[in-house]
Amino acid sequence: MTSSVTASPAAAIRRIRIQVNGQEHECEVRPNRLLVDFLRYDLGLTGTKEGCGVGVCGLCTVLLDGQMVASCLTLAVFADGGEVTTIEGLAVGAELHPVQDCFIEYGGFQCGICTPGQIMAAKALLDDNPTPTEEEIKEWMMGNLCRCTGYYKIVESVQRAAGRLRGAGAGDGATARQGPAGARAGRLAAR
Amino acid sequence: MHAFEYREPRSLEEAYAALAAYGEDARPVAGGTALVLLMRLGLARPGCLVSLRRIAGLGAISAADGVIRLGALVTHRRAERDPLVGTRLPLLTEAYRHVATVRIRNAATVGGGLAHGDPAQDPPAALLALDARVRLSSAAGSRTIPLHDFYRDYYETVLQPGELLTELEVPMPPAGARWGFIKFLPRTADDYGTVTVAVALTLDGTGAHCREARIGLTCVGPTPIRARRAEAVLRGARLTPELLRAAAEEVRNEVQPTSDLRGSAEYKRDMAVLFTRRALEQALAQPAGNPPQDRR
Repeated sequence: MTSSVTASPAAAIRRIRIQVNGQEHECEVRPNRLLVDFLRYDLGLTGTKEGCGVGVCGLCTVLLDGQMVASCLTLAVFADGGEVTTIEGLAVGAELHPVQDCFIEYGGFQCGICTPGQIMAAKALLDDNPTPTEEEIKEWMMGNLCRCTGYYKIVESVQRAAGRLRGAGAGDGATARQGPAGARAGRLAAR
Repeated sequence: MHAFEYREPRSLEEAYAALAAYGEDARPVAGGTALVLLMRLGLARPGCLVSLRRIAGLGAISAADGVIRLGALVTHRRAERDPLVGTRLPLLTEAYRHVATVRIRNAATVGGGLAHGDPAQDPPAALLALDARVRLSSAAGSRTIPLHDFYRDYYETVLQPGELLTELEVPMPPAGARWGFIKFLPRTADDYGTVTVAVALTLDGTGAHCREARIGLTCVGPTPIRARRAEAVLRGARLTPELLRAAAEEVRNEVQPTSDLRGSAEYKRDMAVLFTRRALEQALAQPAGNPPQDRR
Protein backbone atom coordinates (compact mmCIF):
# COMPACT_ATOMS: atom_id res chain seq x y z
CA MET A 1 0.00 0.00 0.00
CA THR A 2 1.49 3.38 -0.94
CA SER A 3 0.82 6.61 0.83
CA SER A 4 -1.31 8.99 -1.20
CA VAL A 5 -0.55 11.83 1.19
CA THR A 6 3.07 12.17 2.24
CA ALA A 7 3.32 11.88 6.00
CA SER A 8 5.07 14.95 7.27
CA PRO A 9 7.01 14.08 10.42
CA ALA A 10 6.44 17.52 11.93
CA ALA A 11 2.73 17.43 11.26
CA ALA A 12 2.51 13.94 12.64
CA ILE A 13 3.61 14.90 16.14
CA ARG A 14 0.74 15.13 18.59
CA ARG A 15 0.64 16.88 21.91
CA ILE A 16 -1.06 14.77 24.55
CA ARG A 17 -2.04 15.35 28.18
CA ILE A 18 -2.00 12.26 30.25
CA GLN A 19 -2.11 11.56 33.95
CA VAL A 20 0.17 8.71 34.95
CA ASN A 21 0.04 7.46 38.52
CA GLY A 22 -1.57 10.72 39.56
CA GLN A 23 1.03 12.92 37.91
CA GLU A 24 0.08 15.15 34.99
CA HIS A 25 2.26 14.96 31.88
CA GLU A 26 2.07 17.02 28.73
CA CYS A 27 4.16 15.39 26.02
CA GLU A 28 4.75 15.36 22.31
CA VAL A 29 4.46 11.93 20.77
CA ARG A 30 4.32 10.50 17.30
CA PRO A 31 1.08 8.65 16.54
CA ASN A 32 2.98 5.38 16.16
CA ARG A 33 4.25 5.55 19.75
CA LEU A 34 2.78 2.63 21.67
CA LEU A 35 1.62 3.26 25.20
CA VAL A 36 4.08 0.67 26.53
CA ASP A 37 6.99 2.45 24.85
CA PHE A 38 5.73 5.85 25.94
CA LEU A 39 5.66 4.66 29.55
CA ARG A 40 9.04 2.96 29.39
CA TYR A 41 11.12 5.26 27.22
CA ASP A 42 9.45 8.67 27.47
CA LEU A 43 8.52 8.51 31.16
CA GLY A 44 11.13 5.99 32.33
CA LEU A 45 8.49 3.77 33.95
CA THR A 46 10.14 0.46 33.11
CA GLY A 47 8.04 -1.59 35.51
CA THR A 48 5.65 -2.24 32.63
CA LYS A 49 7.19 -4.91 30.41
CA GLU A 50 6.58 -5.94 26.85
CA GLY A 51 6.44 -9.67 26.23
CA CYS A 52 4.62 -11.03 23.19
CA GLY A 53 3.80 -7.65 21.65
CA VAL A 54 0.52 -9.02 20.32
CA GLY A 55 -1.82 -8.63 23.28
CA VAL A 56 -1.70 -12.22 24.47
CA CYS A 57 0.78 -12.55 27.35
CA GLY A 58 -0.35 -9.84 29.75
CA LEU A 59 3.08 -8.48 30.69
CA CYS A 60 2.20 -4.99 29.48
CA THR A 61 -1.08 -4.73 31.43
CA VAL A 62 -1.81 -1.23 32.72
CA LEU A 63 -5.01 0.49 33.76
CA LEU A 64 -6.38 3.12 31.41
CA ASP A 65 -9.19 5.07 33.06
CA GLY A 66 -9.50 2.23 35.54
CA GLN A 67 -9.81 -0.55 32.95
CA MET A 68 -6.98 -2.95 32.29
CA VAL A 69 -5.65 -2.80 28.75
CA ALA A 70 -2.74 -4.20 26.77
CA SER A 71 -0.36 -1.24 26.49
CA CYS A 72 1.40 -3.04 23.60
CA LEU A 73 -1.72 -2.65 21.44
CA THR A 74 -2.67 0.80 22.69
CA LEU A 75 -1.37 3.89 20.96
CA ALA A 76 -0.16 6.58 23.35
CA VAL A 77 -2.48 9.04 21.59
CA PHE A 78 -5.43 6.86 22.66
CA ALA A 79 -4.60 7.80 26.25
CA ASP A 80 -4.75 11.55 25.57
CA GLY A 81 -6.84 13.11 28.33
CA GLY A 82 -6.89 9.84 30.23
CA GLU A 83 -5.50 8.41 33.44
CA VAL A 84 -2.99 5.58 33.40
CA THR A 85 -1.96 3.50 36.39
CA THR A 86 1.18 1.38 36.19
CA ILE A 87 2.86 -0.91 38.68
CA GLU A 88 4.89 2.10 39.91
CA GLY A 89 1.65 3.77 40.97
CA LEU A 90 0.46 1.16 43.46
CA ALA A 91 2.75 1.68 46.43
CA VAL A 92 2.20 4.67 48.67
CA GLY A 93 5.67 5.80 49.67
CA ALA A 94 7.43 2.77 51.10
CA GLU A 95 4.14 0.99 51.73
CA LEU A 96 3.31 -1.60 49.11
CA HIS A 97 -0.21 -2.20 47.87
CA PRO A 98 -1.82 -5.26 49.50
CA VAL A 99 -1.72 -7.09 46.15
CA GLN A 100 2.04 -6.51 45.99
CA ASP A 101 2.48 -7.61 49.60
CA CYS A 102 0.53 -10.79 49.01
CA PHE A 103 2.43 -11.68 45.84
CA ILE A 104 5.62 -11.46 47.93
CA GLU A 105 4.27 -13.30 50.97
CA TYR A 106 2.51 -16.10 49.13
CA GLY A 107 4.99 -16.75 46.35
CA GLY A 108 2.97 -15.16 43.55
CA PHE A 109 6.07 -14.68 41.51
CA GLN A 110 9.18 -16.63 40.71
CA CYS A 111 11.35 -15.06 38.00
CA GLY A 112 9.32 -11.85 38.18
CA ILE A 113 8.96 -10.94 34.52
CA CYS A 114 5.18 -11.42 34.39
CA THR A 115 4.65 -9.99 37.86
CA PRO A 116 3.89 -6.33 37.08
CA GLY A 117 1.21 -7.43 34.62
CA GLN A 118 -0.15 -10.05 37.02
CA ILE A 119 -0.39 -7.51 39.82
CA MET A 120 -2.07 -4.89 37.64
CA ALA A 121 -4.57 -7.49 36.42
CA ALA A 122 -5.21 -8.61 40.00
CA LYS A 123 -5.72 -5.02 41.09
CA ALA A 124 -8.19 -4.45 38.27
CA LEU A 125 -10.04 -7.60 39.29
CA LEU A 126 -10.28 -6.64 42.96
CA ASP A 127 -11.33 -3.08 42.07
CA ASP A 128 -14.14 -4.61 40.03
CA ASN A 129 -15.02 -7.57 42.23
CA PRO A 130 -13.73 -7.52 45.81
CA THR A 131 -14.91 -11.07 46.50
CA PRO A 132 -13.95 -13.16 43.48
CA THR A 133 -14.32 -16.91 43.56
CA GLU A 134 -11.37 -19.03 42.54
CA GLU A 135 -13.08 -19.62 39.20
CA GLU A 136 -13.56 -15.89 38.67
CA ILE A 137 -9.90 -15.25 39.48
CA LYS A 138 -8.80 -17.87 36.96
CA GLU A 139 -11.11 -16.56 34.29
CA TRP A 140 -9.99 -12.96 34.78
CA MET A 141 -6.29 -13.78 35.04
CA MET A 142 -6.13 -16.25 32.16
CA GLY A 143 -4.70 -13.57 29.90
CA ASN A 144 -1.62 -13.22 32.10
CA LEU A 145 0.88 -15.93 31.31
CA CYS A 146 3.49 -17.19 33.76
CA ARG A 147 6.14 -19.42 32.21
CA CYS A 148 7.46 -20.47 35.60
CA THR A 149 4.02 -22.12 35.96
CA GLY A 150 3.36 -20.41 39.26
CA TYR A 151 -0.38 -20.25 38.76
CA TYR A 152 -1.44 -21.85 42.06
CA LYS A 153 0.60 -19.31 43.93
CA ILE A 154 -0.73 -16.48 41.82
CA VAL A 155 -4.33 -17.52 42.49
CA GLU A 156 -3.54 -17.82 46.17
CA SER A 157 -1.85 -14.41 46.24
CA VAL A 158 -4.93 -12.83 44.68
CA GLN A 159 -7.21 -14.60 47.17
CA ARG A 160 -5.08 -13.40 50.06
CA ALA A 161 -5.01 -9.87 48.70
CA ALA A 162 -8.79 -9.93 48.36
CA GLY A 163 -9.07 -10.88 52.00
CA ARG A 164 -6.63 -8.23 53.08
CA LEU A 165 -8.40 -5.53 51.08
CA ARG A 166 -11.76 -6.55 52.56
CA GLY A 167 -10.38 -5.79 55.96
CA ALA A 168 -7.68 -7.05 58.23
CA GLY A 169 -8.47 -10.17 60.23
CA ALA A 170 -10.80 -11.69 57.63
CA GLY A 171 -8.83 -14.92 57.80
CA ASP A 172 -6.38 -13.40 55.33
CA GLY A 173 -8.51 -14.39 52.38
CA ALA A 174 -9.43 -17.88 53.53
CA THR A 175 -13.14 -17.38 53.08
CA ALA A 176 -16.10 -19.58 52.41
CA ARG A 177 -16.03 -18.58 48.73
CA GLN A 178 -12.75 -20.35 48.16
CA GLY A 179 -12.86 -23.48 46.06
CA PRO A 180 -11.05 -26.72 46.88
CA ALA A 181 -7.78 -25.64 45.27
CA GLY A 182 -7.83 -22.40 47.24
CA ALA A 183 -8.35 -24.32 50.43
CA ARG A 184 -5.51 -26.63 49.47
CA ALA A 185 -3.29 -23.68 48.75
CA GLY A 186 -4.28 -22.28 52.13
CA ARG A 187 -3.24 -25.50 53.84
CA LEU A 188 0.08 -25.51 51.99
CA ALA A 189 0.72 -21.94 52.99
CA ALA A 190 -0.08 -22.74 56.59
CA ARG A 191 2.68 -25.33 56.75
CA MET B 1 5.75 0.43 13.52
CA HIS B 2 5.65 2.61 10.41
CA ALA B 3 4.92 6.35 10.63
CA PHE B 4 1.39 7.51 9.91
CA GLU B 5 -0.83 10.52 10.28
CA TYR B 6 -3.48 10.53 12.98
CA ARG B 7 -6.81 12.28 12.88
CA GLU B 8 -9.23 12.55 15.75
CA PRO B 9 -12.56 13.77 14.41
CA ARG B 10 -15.27 14.84 16.85
CA SER B 11 -18.20 14.01 14.63
CA LEU B 12 -19.09 11.55 11.90
CA GLU B 13 -19.02 14.39 9.36
CA GLU B 14 -15.44 15.22 10.33
CA ALA B 15 -14.58 11.53 10.14
CA TYR B 16 -16.00 11.23 6.61
CA ALA B 17 -13.95 14.27 5.58
CA ALA B 18 -10.76 12.83 7.04
CA LEU B 19 -11.40 9.48 5.38
CA ALA B 20 -12.09 11.19 2.05
CA ALA B 21 -8.86 13.19 2.26
CA TYR B 22 -6.76 10.05 2.51
CA GLY B 23 -8.84 7.75 0.36
CA GLU B 24 -7.95 4.08 0.55
CA ASP B 25 -4.82 4.98 2.52
CA ALA B 26 -6.93 5.85 5.56
CA ARG B 27 -8.16 3.31 8.06
CA PRO B 28 -10.68 3.96 10.83
CA VAL B 29 -9.58 2.80 14.27
CA ALA B 30 -11.39 2.48 17.59
CA GLY B 31 -10.08 0.02 20.18
CA GLY B 32 -7.00 -0.79 18.13
CA THR B 33 -6.71 -4.39 19.29
CA ALA B 34 -7.08 -5.65 15.71
CA LEU B 35 -5.64 -2.88 13.56
CA VAL B 36 -2.68 -1.90 15.77
CA LEU B 37 -1.79 -5.58 15.93
CA LEU B 38 -1.85 -5.86 12.13
CA MET B 39 0.26 -2.70 11.88
CA ARG B 40 2.78 -3.98 14.40
CA LEU B 41 3.12 -7.15 12.36
CA GLY B 42 3.55 -5.13 9.16
CA LEU B 43 0.38 -6.62 7.67
CA ALA B 44 -1.34 -3.23 7.36
CA ARG B 45 0.39 0.05 6.57
CA PRO B 46 -2.24 2.77 6.47
CA GLY B 47 -0.94 6.30 5.82
CA CYS B 48 -3.53 7.76 8.15
CA LEU B 49 -5.49 6.47 11.10
CA VAL B 50 -8.84 8.13 11.62
CA SER B 51 -9.72 7.56 15.26
CA LEU B 52 -13.41 7.20 16.01
CA ARG B 53 -12.75 7.28 19.75
CA ARG B 54 -13.84 10.90 20.31
CA ILE B 55 -17.01 10.75 18.28
CA ALA B 56 -20.01 11.20 20.54
CA GLY B 57 -23.17 9.18 20.07
CA LEU B 58 -21.66 5.88 18.95
CA GLY B 59 -21.43 4.32 22.39
CA ALA B 60 -25.04 3.76 23.40
CA ILE B 61 -27.05 0.59 24.01
CA SER B 62 -30.79 1.08 23.64
CA ALA B 63 -33.98 -0.84 23.02
CA ALA B 64 -36.97 0.26 20.98
CA ASP B 65 -39.52 -1.38 18.68
CA GLY B 66 -38.35 -4.89 19.47
CA VAL B 67 -34.77 -4.13 18.51
CA ILE B 68 -31.68 -3.66 20.64
CA ARG B 69 -29.19 -1.23 19.16
CA LEU B 70 -25.52 -1.22 20.05
CA GLY B 71 -23.43 1.75 18.98
CA ALA B 72 -20.27 0.76 17.14
CA LEU B 73 -18.03 2.06 19.94
CA VAL B 74 -19.58 -0.11 22.66
CA THR B 75 -16.76 -2.31 23.91
CA HIS B 76 -17.02 -6.09 23.97
CA ARG B 77 -16.78 -5.93 27.73
CA ARG B 78 -19.63 -3.49 28.04
CA ALA B 79 -21.83 -5.50 25.71
CA GLU B 80 -21.01 -8.61 27.74
CA ARG B 81 -22.02 -6.97 31.01
CA ASP B 82 -24.94 -4.86 29.89
CA PRO B 83 -28.10 -5.89 31.79
CA LEU B 84 -30.40 -5.17 28.85
CA VAL B 85 -28.32 -7.36 26.57
CA GLY B 86 -28.09 -9.98 29.32
CA THR B 87 -31.86 -10.08 29.76
CA ARG B 88 -33.00 -9.89 26.17
CA LEU B 89 -30.04 -11.30 24.23
CA PRO B 90 -28.32 -13.78 26.52
CA LEU B 91 -26.82 -15.53 23.49
CA LEU B 92 -24.96 -12.33 22.66
CA THR B 93 -23.71 -11.99 26.23
CA GLU B 94 -22.37 -15.50 26.01
CA ALA B 95 -20.60 -14.83 22.72
CA TYR B 96 -18.91 -11.61 23.84
CA ARG B 97 -17.86 -13.26 27.08
CA HIS B 98 -15.79 -15.77 25.13
CA VAL B 99 -13.70 -13.31 23.12
CA ALA B 100 -9.99 -13.35 24.05
CA THR B 101 -9.43 -11.93 27.54
CA VAL B 102 -10.92 -9.20 29.72
CA ARG B 103 -7.99 -6.96 28.79
CA ILE B 104 -8.79 -7.22 25.09
CA ARG B 105 -12.55 -7.01 25.61
CA ASN B 106 -12.07 -3.76 27.52
CA ALA B 107 -10.65 -2.15 24.38
CA ALA B 108 -12.16 -3.98 21.41
CA THR B 109 -15.39 -2.45 20.11
CA VAL B 110 -18.38 -4.31 18.73
CA GLY B 111 -18.32 -2.30 15.51
CA GLY B 112 -14.60 -2.64 15.03
CA GLY B 113 -14.77 -6.36 15.65
CA LEU B 114 -17.24 -6.81 12.79
CA ALA B 115 -15.58 -4.35 10.40
CA HIS B 116 -12.28 -6.18 10.90
CA GLY B 117 -13.80 -9.04 8.92
CA ASP B 118 -11.89 -11.73 10.77
CA PRO B 119 -13.70 -15.02 10.07
CA ALA B 120 -12.53 -16.59 13.35
CA GLN B 121 -14.21 -14.28 15.83
CA ASP B 122 -17.02 -15.43 18.10
CA PRO B 123 -19.63 -12.63 18.08
CA PRO B 124 -20.59 -12.97 14.38
CA ALA B 125 -21.79 -16.54 15.00
CA ALA B 126 -24.24 -15.27 17.63
CA LEU B 127 -25.18 -12.16 15.67
CA LEU B 128 -25.95 -14.26 12.59
CA ALA B 129 -28.10 -16.62 14.65
CA LEU B 130 -29.92 -13.57 16.03
CA ASP B 131 -30.46 -12.19 12.50
CA ALA B 132 -28.64 -8.96 13.34
CA ARG B 133 -28.28 -6.05 10.95
CA VAL B 134 -25.50 -3.50 10.65
CA ARG B 135 -25.87 0.17 9.84
CA LEU B 136 -23.26 1.48 7.44
CA SER B 137 -22.90 5.24 7.16
CA SER B 138 -20.99 7.57 4.90
CA ALA B 139 -21.13 11.15 3.68
CA ALA B 140 -23.63 9.94 1.08
CA GLY B 141 -26.05 8.56 3.68
CA SER B 142 -26.77 5.37 5.57
CA ARG B 143 -27.84 1.86 4.69
CA THR B 144 -28.83 -1.00 6.97
CA ILE B 145 -28.07 -4.52 5.78
CA PRO B 146 -28.36 -7.97 7.31
CA LEU B 147 -25.08 -9.16 8.81
CA HIS B 148 -25.21 -12.19 6.52
CA ASP B 149 -24.75 -9.84 3.56
CA PHE B 150 -21.89 -7.95 5.22
CA TYR B 151 -19.00 -10.35 4.73
CA ARG B 152 -17.48 -10.90 1.31
CA ASP B 153 -14.29 -12.84 1.82
CA TYR B 154 -11.38 -13.39 4.18
CA TYR B 155 -10.99 -10.08 6.09
CA GLU B 156 -13.18 -8.45 3.46
CA THR B 157 -16.56 -6.82 3.95
CA VAL B 158 -18.93 -4.75 1.81
CA LEU B 159 -17.77 -1.56 3.58
CA GLN B 160 -16.73 0.98 0.97
CA PRO B 161 -13.88 3.48 1.42
CA GLY B 162 -15.26 6.35 3.47
CA GLU B 163 -18.03 4.18 4.93
CA LEU B 164 -18.24 3.34 8.63
CA LEU B 165 -20.10 0.66 10.53
CA THR B 166 -21.95 2.81 13.05
CA GLU B 167 -24.50 0.54 14.72
CA LEU B 168 -25.63 -3.03 15.27
CA GLU B 169 -29.34 -3.77 15.33
CA VAL B 170 -30.37 -7.01 16.97
CA PRO B 171 -34.03 -8.06 16.95
CA MET B 172 -35.20 -9.31 20.31
CA PRO B 173 -36.06 -12.99 20.01
CA PRO B 174 -39.73 -13.88 20.44
CA ALA B 175 -41.03 -15.47 23.61
CA GLY B 176 -40.15 -19.13 23.68
CA ALA B 177 -36.87 -18.63 21.85
CA ARG B 178 -34.00 -20.91 22.77
CA TRP B 179 -30.33 -20.61 22.08
CA GLY B 180 -27.12 -22.57 22.20
CA PHE B 181 -23.54 -21.43 21.93
CA ILE B 182 -20.33 -23.42 21.86
CA LYS B 183 -16.83 -22.15 21.27
CA PHE B 184 -14.72 -25.25 20.84
CA LEU B 185 -11.27 -24.51 22.22
CA PRO B 186 -8.94 -27.47 22.31
CA ARG B 187 -5.87 -25.33 23.04
CA THR B 188 -5.98 -22.39 25.47
CA ALA B 189 -8.95 -20.59 26.97
CA ASP B 190 -8.09 -17.26 25.33
CA ASP B 191 -7.51 -18.70 21.86
CA TYR B 192 -9.57 -18.31 18.73
CA GLY B 193 -12.08 -21.12 18.40
CA THR B 194 -11.45 -24.18 16.31
CA VAL B 195 -15.18 -24.06 15.63
CA THR B 196 -17.64 -21.56 17.09
CA VAL B 197 -21.35 -22.21 16.63
CA ALA B 198 -24.45 -20.36 17.78
CA VAL B 199 -28.03 -21.49 17.30
CA ALA B 200 -31.31 -19.68 17.87
CA LEU B 201 -34.52 -21.68 17.77
CA THR B 202 -38.16 -20.74 18.07
CA LEU B 203 -40.49 -23.59 18.99
CA ASP B 204 -44.22 -23.95 18.65
CA GLY B 205 -46.52 -23.84 21.68
CA THR B 206 -46.02 -27.49 22.49
CA GLY B 207 -42.25 -27.25 22.25
CA ALA B 208 -42.18 -30.26 19.96
CA HIS B 209 -41.82 -28.53 16.61
CA CYS B 210 -39.35 -25.98 15.34
CA ARG B 211 -40.85 -22.80 13.94
CA GLU B 212 -37.68 -20.94 13.13
CA ALA B 213 -34.02 -21.92 13.24
CA ARG B 214 -30.89 -19.93 12.57
CA ILE B 215 -27.37 -21.28 12.90
CA GLY B 216 -24.23 -19.13 12.74
CA LEU B 217 -20.73 -20.57 12.46
CA THR B 218 -17.29 -19.00 12.52
CA CYS B 219 -13.72 -20.28 12.17
CA VAL B 220 -14.85 -22.65 9.42
CA GLY B 221 -14.26 -20.73 6.22
CA PRO B 222 -13.31 -17.38 4.69
CA THR B 223 -16.30 -15.65 6.32
CA PRO B 224 -18.74 -16.26 9.13
CA ILE B 225 -21.67 -18.24 7.72
CA ARG B 226 -25.29 -19.17 8.22
CA ALA B 227 -25.83 -22.92 7.93
CA ARG B 228 -28.91 -22.57 5.78
CA ARG B 229 -29.32 -26.18 4.75
CA ALA B 230 -29.18 -27.30 8.34
CA GLU B 231 -31.71 -24.62 9.24
CA ALA B 232 -34.03 -25.85 6.47
CA VAL B 233 -33.98 -29.36 7.90
CA LEU B 234 -35.08 -28.01 11.28
CA ARG B 235 -37.67 -25.46 10.18
CA GLY B 236 -41.19 -26.78 10.60
CA ALA B 237 -40.00 -30.20 11.67
CA ARG B 238 -40.61 -32.25 14.76
CA LEU B 239 -37.50 -32.02 16.92
CA THR B 240 -36.24 -35.53 17.53
CA PRO B 241 -32.67 -36.58 18.30
CA GLU B 242 -32.50 -38.05 14.78
CA LEU B 243 -33.60 -34.78 13.26
CA LEU B 244 -30.96 -32.80 15.16
CA ARG B 245 -28.37 -35.26 13.95
CA ALA B 246 -29.56 -34.98 10.37
CA ALA B 247 -29.60 -31.17 10.52
CA ALA B 248 -26.10 -31.01 11.97
CA GLU B 249 -24.86 -33.40 9.31
CA GLU B 250 -25.84 -30.83 6.66
CA VAL B 251 -23.22 -28.48 8.11
CA ARG B 252 -20.47 -30.78 6.83
CA ASN B 253 -20.98 -29.51 3.30
CA GLU B 254 -21.73 -25.92 4.23
CA VAL B 255 -18.37 -25.16 5.85
CA GLN B 256 -15.09 -24.56 4.01
CA PRO B 257 -12.46 -24.86 6.71
CA THR B 258 -8.72 -24.71 6.08
CA SER B 259 -6.07 -26.70 7.89
CA ASP B 260 -4.06 -24.74 10.43
CA LEU B 261 -2.65 -24.91 13.95
CA ARG B 262 -6.12 -25.53 15.30
CA GLY B 263 -6.75 -28.65 13.27
CA SER B 264 -6.98 -30.10 9.79
CA ALA B 265 -9.83 -29.18 7.48
CA GLU B 266 -11.26 -32.69 7.88
CA TYR B 267 -11.16 -32.44 11.66
CA LYS B 268 -12.84 -29.05 11.63
CA ARG B 269 -15.60 -30.38 9.39
CA ASP B 270 -16.21 -33.19 11.87
CA MET B 271 -16.14 -30.74 14.77
CA ALA B 272 -18.52 -28.33 13.00
CA VAL B 273 -21.05 -31.17 12.67
CA LEU B 274 -20.52 -32.38 16.22
CA PHE B 275 -20.73 -28.98 17.90
CA THR B 276 -23.71 -27.87 15.82
CA ARG B 277 -25.57 -30.90 17.12
CA ARG B 278 -24.48 -30.21 20.68
CA ALA B 279 -25.46 -26.54 20.41
CA LEU B 280 -28.90 -27.62 19.19
CA GLU B 281 -29.18 -30.04 22.10
CA GLN B 282 -28.07 -27.29 24.45
CA ALA B 283 -30.80 -25.02 23.13
CA LEU B 284 -33.49 -27.66 23.57
CA ALA B 285 -32.33 -28.52 27.07
CA GLN B 286 -32.81 -24.93 28.20
CA PRO B 287 -35.93 -23.51 29.69
CA ALA B 288 -37.26 -20.83 27.35
CA GLY B 289 -35.44 -17.50 27.61
CA ASN B 290 -32.70 -19.06 29.68
CA PRO B 291 -30.38 -16.34 30.96
CA PRO B 292 -26.62 -16.69 30.75
CA GLN B 293 -24.70 -17.87 33.75
CA ASP B 294 -23.98 -15.13 36.23
CA ARG B 295 -20.28 -14.81 35.59
CA ARG B 296 -18.11 -11.79 35.32
